[in-house]
Amino acid sequence: MTARIGVVTFPGSLDDRDAARAVHIAGAVPIPLWHDDADLYGVDGVVLPGGFSYGDYLRAGAIARFAPVMDSIVRAAGGGLPVLGICNGFQVLCEAHLLPGALTRNQHLHFRNRDQGLRIESTSTAWTGGFQPGQEIVIPVKNGEGCFMADERTLDELEAEGRVVARYVRGNPNGSLHDIAAITNAAGNVVGIMPHPEHAVEVLTGPSIDGLGIFTSVLAHLGARV
Amino acid sequence: MARVVVDVMLKPEILDPQGQAVANALPRLGVADVASVRIGKRIEIEFDGAADLDRAREIADKLLANPVIEDFTLRVEELPEGEEQ
Repeated sequence: MTARIGVVTFPGSLDDRDAARAVHIAGAVPIPLWHDDADLYGVDGVVLPGGFSYGDYLRAGAIARFAPVMDSIVRAAGGGLPVLGICNGFQVLCEAHLLPGALTRNQHLHFRNRDQGLRIESTSTAWTGGFQPGQEIVIPVKNGEGCFMADERTLDELEAEGRVVARYVRGNPNGSLHDIAAITNAAGNVVGIMPHPEHAVEVLTGPSIDGLGIFTSVLAHLGARV
Repeated sequence: MARVVVDVMLKPEILDPQGQAVANALPRLGVADVASVRIGKRIEIEFDGAADLDRAREIADKLLANPVIEDFTLRVEELPEGEEQ
């Protein structure tokens, strides 16, 4: 059966269409989910897309965390549902305490928008199983608040448990600690990534099609589980 | 009506690039003796009835501040005569 991957739209989401398109190109059926509707419609995985949910008022992701759909996602993530947060979605996952740490203002204060090199550090998550450990990829980064912060203990824990999923290479675009671009929860089903794999799935519009591996990985993960 | 004021500040160990940018602009005003500037948020919560500090603390803890990077303080502010509605 074809996998169904939900893509949440919050007021202010920007990349929900691109995320749905990436899901489709990877070979799954994208299911639109609405912030105000707690029903997940039986999806096999969820993507929280980039953008500026609720205008990023207060802090990025702080208000989105209280959306009805998030209660369902937090509960389902606890049961192993694969959840990917991209950019603003990563911020929402941190605010919802599904991932540790926080994403703060880029240290140089500039919005950074460019093609970015990443090294995949962990392939044992639901979203990165299709990569080789240490594989380098190039996908776009575009954020103003992408600087990953956490206390020393949390960082040590992430490193020791192999939960840093991707690191920036050839330049850190935002001052992120330990060059962290993506992390996962202890179970490996929830991943937050600051750069945008959904913008690198077609030769015509992306710097590469490296981002597609994120979406095909979750399908392989789901297939193996069935 | 009663007002509770919540001040949210980045924890001391968290870098504040906005504050640094402001500090770096001060010499242009001819100010040379400022060691550091840090920027936070002031939030005013007005209750219909009496000030409920416990409720305000809950609001601050769950929403207004992110305990990973921020600390908050709160206090009841007396509303001056006339501002009372």
